[in-house]
Amino acid sequence: MAKVPVDPKVVASCRELAGRIADDVQTFIDGHTTVGVERTTARAYGVDGVDDQGTPLVNLLVDRCHQQGLVGRGIAFFLGRALAAGARSINEAAERLAFGPDWTRYRSESGGANEALERHTREAIERIDAATKAREDKKAKFAAPRTPLKYVIVATGNIYDDATQAKAAAFAGADIVAVIRATAQSLLDFVPHGPTTEGYGGTFATQENFRIVRRAIDEASDEYGRYVYQTNYSSGLCMSEIAWMAAVERLDMLLNDAMYGILFRDINMCRTFVDQYVSRRIIARSGIVINTGEDNYLTTADAVEKAHTVLTSQFINEAFAKRAGLAEEQMGLGHAYEINPRIEDSFLLEIAQAQLIRQIFERHPIKWMPPTKHKTGDIFQSHVHDAMFNLVGVATGQSIELLGMFSEAIQNPLLMDRYLSLKSAQYVFNTARHLGDEISWKPGGIVETRARKVLDEAHELLAEVQRETIWSAIARGAFADVKRTREGGKGFVGVVPKAPDYVNPFLEALEKGRS
Amino acid sequence: MHPTEPKLVRAYGDREGDGMVQMSFVLPVPPSAKAREAARRFAQTHGLSEPLVTTMEEAAKGYTYFVVYGHSAHSVDISRLEVPEIQTTLLSRDELDERVATRLGRKIVVVGACTGSDAHTVGIDAVLNYKGYAGDKGLESYRSFEAHNLGAQVENAELTARARALRADAILVSQVVTQRNCHKENAAALVELIREQGWRDRILLLLGGPRIDHKLALELGFDAGFGPGTKPSDVANFIVQHLCGDETLSDKPTV
Repeated sequence: MAKVPVDPKVVASCRELAGRIADDVQTFIDGHTTVGVERTTARAYGVDGVDDQGTPLVNLLVDRCHQQGLVGRGIAFFLGRALAAGARSINEAAERLAFGPDWTRYRSESGGANEALERHTREAIERIDAATKAREDKKAKFAAPRTPLKYVIVATGNIYDDATQAKAAAFAGADIVAVIRATAQSLLDFVPHGPTTEGYGGTFATQENFRIVRRAIDEASDEYGRYVYQTNYSSGLCMSEIAWMAAVERLDMLLNDAMYGILFRDINMCRTFVDQYVSRRIIARSGIVINTGEDNYLTTADAVEKAHTVLTSQFINEAFAKRAGLAEEQMGLGHAYEINPRIEDSFLLEIAQAQLIRQIFERHPIKWMPPTKHKTGDIFQSHVHDAMFNLVGVATGQSIELLGMFSEAIQNPLLMDRYLSLKSAQYVFNTARHLGDEISWKPGGIVETRARKVLDEAHELLAEVQRETIWSAIARGAFADVKRTREGGKGFVGVVPKAPDYVNPFLEALEKGRS
Repeated sequence: MHPTEPKLVRAYGDREGDGMVQMSFVLPVPPSAKAREAARRFAQTHGLSEPLVTTMEEAAKGYTYFVVYGHSAHSVDISRLEVPEIQTTLLSRDELDERVATRLGRKIVVVGACTGSDAHTVGIDAVLNYKGYAGDKGLESYRSFEAHNLGAQVENAELTARARALRADAILVSQVVTQRNCHKENAAALVELIREQGWRDRILLLLGGPRIDHKLALELGFDAGFGPGTKPSDVANFIVQHLCGDETLSDKPTV
């Protein structure tokens, strides 16, 4: 096997430092909730629907709660109180609260909330578990696919076209289909409702859209005799709500990162840290595989100088994920082939980094991302560039590979672009299937030296971040050259300290067995 | 003005005038002899003579991918084309700094952003941030520039407010997402907003992005457009030479 030298003592020290970094933040997380978390809780209990303006009932409910300064008590408390006071269903309880008089009477009375919610909490968990079982049953009908799993995106803006394109991609050999989200959905503080047919840059993530694509992909699995994975985005201001929707609609993977929203969408740090935790609690329960977004670091910062920031962030993402109960088999840590292709021997540097990450995260379904930054409109050159990326992917045993598109710098992929990309990946994967088993690197050569350097630099950076805390590390631009402050960014007003009598039996049930 | 000599150009494969063209496309039919003929006719309709279908493969159920070669009958008279181009003499960073210091005696204030829903800052970052792109340092690195990068998803109203507050000399707008022409609408809306506010004549407006060229930018009401392959120094040269009163624009045909 074409292994690179990895010092287990350095890796153990990296994990220990990342653990301390995450523990510091976890204390903050445990003491806070957000409007997103409370909307998620309301959804889990069965609050559904929108008003005549299209505003989700969960938003009307939680906004009302927030206006009265009561979010710290937990929306579950008030839903429980409304049930105890005679509401016949969860939705009726939500409507009474959202449209009724102020909540003084619910506040003054205490008790009864937990009891009234007991059955609903059980049902909320059972709903997630039933979807998980349905996914595992479906998957068990088919042979396990060979890695690297071939991952492609569709992004038409119209969910019905997405469904057609998703099936077409499955036909052409895709194992995983992701529907790219409409640009800037991450900044919406609500999840749109129902099927959508208009979106720029992609298609809105809605619960109904998840169902439509799931149906199409299930059909494709049955027709082509291979299980096809569905992916969407649990990120932005609604990351935990979308995680819940994905869990109950049986998605297989979610883009979900502890820091991506902070760095690349300027979403407030406090908000993101709390939201990512709750989203991952749901994900942990549902068995969904997350895809983290470290590849993005290299699109803004230099891919040679800043390669170690990817590894550093992976250790941190892993630490946060562990604290939310995720198994290593659910952590699709991301990295990318983004080094300037004009640099001599850049292929060797890419191999070194990919192999290093493969060895450090042995059991993790790591995700290998294609070149984008140095792509131009020369589709023929771009196709060759992707072929080299595919070669590294198969030789270093990556688990999930998002396929490069020769039209990367031009447009969202056309049907033909995906077809050719899949054809090329199949060719390279097949023709070099055991390349990694056959070669060993020259001791002290370019590959070994590079791998050692990246691990050492990551270790150094983790030590620095641990010393100064992640809050100030992000504030000084340690990741992706992007600087964010603790109270800056979008969504900070939605972060609320938990009251001592905060109620959330749904989250408690998810946390059971937390170490 | 006397009429210019026509100059006809045709696609060049390996002999002058052979018109060789390759095209690839998908037709929404399953592969068959009839589908192959349909692809041939499709190419013929596009003006290709002797079309040769070199690939026919099923790309998805009911969709076939084709590669076709043929001789294009068409030619273009380039002597009659009028294409405005940005013309600047490329000066080095030091030369630009020197020119600004002597001619303007102050820094040039530049505000840049990806506007609307666009979250792709790669372009604007490359032009504005110190690091630049491929060794060509960004405007932040110039002594003669004060560069403000507002980042992604900035609304036009916010951009204009910041630009006025900073007394900007130039606004750089980057538009990467182009689905259904949202880049054009967004960019045109900015120009309209500035016109309404009455300071269009006091600001230099630059548009950049992978689907932008100088001609399109002019059509949308900008002063210049920068497409793929633009280096930060190209933008710096344009701004400095424009503000220092050097000739930078040509509406005359440039062949």
